[in-house]
Amino acid sequence: MSEVIVVTSGKGGVGKTTTSANVGTGLAEMGKSVVLIDADIGLRNLDVVMGLENRIVYNLVDVIEGNCRLKQALIKDKRHAGLYLMPAAQTRDKNCITPEQMIKLIDSLREQFDYIILDCPAGIEQGFQNAIAGADHAVVVTTPEVSAIRDADRIIGLLEANEIRKIDLVINRLRHDLIRRGEMMTVDDVLDILGLPLLGVVPDDENVVIATNQGEPLVGKGSMAGQAFYNICRRLAGKEVPFMDFSKNVTIWTRVSGLFRKSLQEERA
Amino acid sequence: MSILNIFRRKTSRQIAKDRLKILLISDRVNCSPEMMELIKNDIAEVISKYMKIDTSNMDIQISKTAGGTGRNGKVPVLYANIPILDLRN
Repeated sequence: MSEVIVVTSGKGGVGKTTTSANVGTGLAEMGKSVVLIDADIGLRNLDVVMGLENRIVYNLVDVIEGNCRLKQALIKDKRHAGLYLMPAAQTRDKNCITPEQMIKLIDSLREQFDYIILDCPAGIEQGFQNAIAGADHAVVVTTPEVSAIRDADRIIGLLEANEIRKIDLVINRLRHDLIRRGEMMTVDDVLDILGLPLLGVVPDDENVVIATNQGEPLVGKGSMAGQAFYNICRRLAGKEVPFMDFSKNVTIWTRVSGLFRKSLQEERA
Repeated sequence: MSILNIFRRKTSRQIAKDRLKILLISDRVNCSPEMMELIKNDIAEVISKYMKIDTSNMDIQISKTAGGTGRNGKVPVLYANIPILDLRN
């Protein structure tokens, strides 16, 4: 039985596409068969993050409109045998397909794949409605910032209204240095506000930029973010994985300055 | 209490959290400031039938309370603070 997961956030630029690419790749590395669907029609990007932009012939809209067979629009990944990408159309807009057509498309993929992962567009309009229509499970990506959390809250309300019962949270771009200084909301703060089960915490990591430049997802490749994404994949597959402790990454200087700040605070109290 | 307390600032983490909590309450109930103003005027009108109130200093807001069935175990409540100037019979 396959699981259909939509990766969504409301706000743009918080890491939906990066999360989709890494979760898809990580699950494929674990031996699962995975199809990544780029549901962002008109503004596709999952193809470039996956490094598959030169192989696109047909896309999701071609399949829905019957211009090609389903298999012709599935691009096989370069490195992983069980991983496929269905790209979005770039020259069309989000209103050219309906939620009913998406459900039909997803149902036709269910037999072939363990996981169907949909990269949702930003916003709450037609593109969002299309992306969530056939989903069993939603992964809401947010960053610990006011604007992203506000939009995530709105999205969670809409997912609940659309009867998606399983909703998990990924907190992306966490900066432990800022948290230590009291200048960023903590994981617990975000969970307290949004009230969702936590699926993963991904630290802000320059390796994400490098990986995107190269078109190779970094999941499982030794970086902090890569490890965090791999943990998310293992949790999705039903394994109990403890959450990473980013505070281990502490230098002598931060320790000294931390002590100094602590003594100042004690003095104030 | 030390004099340093005067200089103690709230961290931006705490400011963000406090702002979000208030923001999300009104977002979740889908209640615009215009609608709050209408509710406020209607309440003032009804209460004025029975007592003299200070409408310029009345405060109406939606906050939340523990022990509900909502997502965080909290439900929104309408909070009204209406100063009474004179209790007429």
